[in-house]
This record gives sequence, structure tokens and C-alpha cells, in this order.
Amino acid sequence: MANSQNMKNKKADTLDAALDRVTDGSTILVAGFGFGGVPEVLLEGLCGRGLRGLTLVNNNAGNERIGVARLIEEGCVAKVICTFSTAKTSFIFTDLHDAGKIELEIVPQGTLAERLRAAGAGLGGFLTPTGLGTDLAKGKPVMEIDGREYVVERPLRADFALIKAKQVDPRGNLTYRMAARNFNPVMAMAADCTIVEATTEVPLGAIDPDTVVTPGVFVDCYYIAGPYTPGTIGTPAS
Amino acid sequence: MNNPNLLTREQMACRVAAELQDGWLVNLGIGIPTLVVDYIPEGRDIIFHSENGIIGMGPRPEREEDIDPDLMSAGKGPVTLIEGGAFVHHADSFAVARGGRLDAAVLGAFQVAVNGDLANWRLPGATRGNVGGAMDIAVGAKQVFATMTHTDKAGEPKIVEALTYPLTTQRCVTKIFTDMAVVAVTPEGFVLEEVAPGISVETVVAATGAALILPDKIGTIAV
Repeated sequence: MANSQNMKNKKADTLDAALDRVTDGSTILVAGFGFGGVPEVLLEGLCGRGLRGLTLVNNNAGNERIGVARLIEEGCVAKVICTFSTAKTSFIFTDLHDAGKIELEIVPQGTLAERLRAAGAGLGGFLTPTGLGTDLAKGKPVMEIDGREYVVERPLRADFALIKAKQVDPRGNLTYRMAARNFNPVMAMAADCTIVEATTEVPLGAIDPDTVVTPGVFVDCYYIAGPYTPGTIGTPAS
Repeated sequence: MNNPNLLTREQMACRVAAELQDGWLVNLGIGIPTLVVDYIPEGRDIIFHSENGIIGMGPRPEREEDIDPDLMSAGKGPVTLIEGGAFVHHADSFAVARGGRLDAAVLGAFQVAVNGDLANWRLPGATRGNVGGAMDIAVGAKQVFATMTHTDKAGEPKIVEALTYPLTTQRCVTKIFTDMAVVAVTPEGFVLEEVAPGISVETVVAATGAALILPDKIGTIAV
């Protein structure tokens, strides 16, 4: 029966308490698409720590000079795994990549989502028709199933996932807001340690179990970031 | 080529829009395809899918104060959700695409080959590219409509025998909508279905890098 005394405490009272466990060389999943669902407070908290050798997994290769772009500018990032590498606003990344100072792996967006899902689901990979015959499938095995060819893709598991949720309860159950859901649920499943920033914390039982999107079993730690306008958190490196 | 009869981006979008039928689930790519939503005939019931997990994407909000950063299109523009719309996570969004639920995808293109091969994600020799969801969407959609100018800036044909640009997805394009013509991709080859007003069949043939089958009746694009 419910025993709140013995319940695991997943709440981090400070940003440092949420992020201190991130170490050099970590692979980090960073959720979000456009402005929606980006864990901006966690990203800002990760900057300025002098981290090195990170691999970041994100839809893009950073925008302007905040968040992922600032981590790259600070020299924290050895490799970016993304779907869209060359947006005009990704100039911090593209300049470093042109100079050969950062590694890039481009992954089709559906394949990225499914590699994360496969990792979260304990699968050894999956077969997809996506990318067949393209540069992005070079070197990957191809299998024929029922007369159709598929590329064999591997799971993508990470050390950490940085997640943005709308609501969190003390067990770490999460809801998301509109299209801010995007990569968050699959990334939350695919990391050894999933760190959440939530807009609000609600008491146990306040989230209708039918509406929980990410059950707390996938969440290791959460921090209450409070409401803010997406795209406004973060200061450029000085 | 500065032919004044070439269709504008808006006219191309309008022509593609006329192709989309009641009850279809449709994904629109970035660029000209994004404009298609503005030209859907009144009353036609089309459900738009956006790769970032929106099923039932509606037009840009009428009032600036209704713009919501958590409700943006794949091209990062503000949109709305239609009544009865739904949000899904990224893996489910691409299950919709790869799983064959899209009746059509409208995608920009660098080149289309006679076998339906599509190139639209990376320039030849480039060290980077923007694949986004294009490979998954093109491989899964029942029909892929490619929108592009008929020739590139140097006047070279973009409808070709075989791709010289990096492949996005094999044998996927079913119809091409350009600023000159509508060209179907068929097992027999490219078929010229329509030409833009004021553009001659000979002009289209000369601007095309592969054989065009010319049916007895070639329509004129309604603009």
C-alpha cells in the first residue's frame, strides 16, 4: 500500500542537485522541437560547468547562442547526433564542424525517434524502410522481410535525458503540453538517468492516471522550473 | 530563365492543393508545400499531419496573441489545432508516416528521377544536410507530390533520368508540380499532364532532362 515515508524522493530542490551527476564524456538526450518542449532551464544549468566530451542528441544542432549552442560554444561537446544540422541559427555548430572540431551524425527523424524507443523498450534494434540506398544507410546491414528490404538500425541509449514536462507528481509521472510533447516521452525512456524540468508539481493522485504520458518509472529526478515563455531562458557565453 | 509565364510559388501551391481530396491525411514539407494549406478549397475536409506530433494541424492563428510556442509546425511557424485534433509523441508521429497512414505528402525537391527517386536533403559534395523527417515521410506516404521549379538556377533540368544529387528515398514520387507543368511518374515514364498558361509543350520538353510521354490531351494548369 502507499507508504509515502518510504517513497523514493525524486525531487531535486536545486538545479545543481539535479545536474551535478552529469559527468564528462556523457551522452545526453535533449528533448524539444523548435521552441516546444525544450528543457531550457536544465540546459542553462548545464552551461558554465566546464563539462567536456559530451555527445548531444537533439533534433537540431543548436540555435543562436543559448542552450545546446552555448554548450557547443563552451567547448563541452564532442559530437552532435541530430536530424537537421544546418539551420541558419546553428552557426555555432556549423563553424566548428567546418573547422573539423566537432563530430556529426545525421539520423532521419523517424529513425531517431525509433532508435530511442527501441533503446527504451530493451530492443536490440529494428528494421526500417527509411534511408534504404541512401548515404545515411551506408555500412548498415540490409534485411529482406516478405520481399521488402529494410535497413537494420541500432538502439540509441544514453547516460542522461533532459526532459521538459508540463506537470510532475512526486512519483515522477509526467504530462506534456500540446506539441511540446515531441521527443520527450521517447527520450525519457532511453536514458540511464532521466532528469526532468517541470512547469508545475502536483500532489500524488492529482494527475488522472488515464492522462499520464510518461509514467514515473522512467523518471529519476525532477526539478520545478516554473512557467516561462519558451525561447527566453539562457544567456550567451561571455 | 525569366519566362513571365512561370508559375509563382503561390500558384504552384494552389495547384497542389486542388489535388488533395476529402478525408485525406496529408503531410506538408517545408517551403512551397507549407503554402498549400492556404489554398485548400472551401469545405474540403483534409487532416494535416505535422512531424512534431500534430494530427489535425490548422492554419496560423488569426490574432498575434493566440500564437503559442508549444504549437508550431515542422517549419517552426505558428499554427493551430483543428477540433478533433490530437498530439502524439515523435515515435508515434513517425509511425503514422512510416506505417502508411498518409494519403499524400507534399515535399520540396532538388531532383526527381524517372523511377520516382527523390533527392531533397543534401547538396552534392556537402558535408552536412537537413534530412529532418523527409526520408521517413517519403517512404511511408501512399503518394508523394514533389514541388519544385522545373529547372535550377543555372537552367539545368531537375526532372532527370537518374539522380545526380544524394538520394532521399527510392521510387516514391508519384507526381511533380513545377512552375511549368504537372508531370506524373508512371511505370512507363514521365507523363506530361498539364502545362502552365502561356507555356508551350516544347518549352517543357526542352527544360526536362528525361523523355516525356505526351498524351493526346494535355491540360492547362488552372490558376
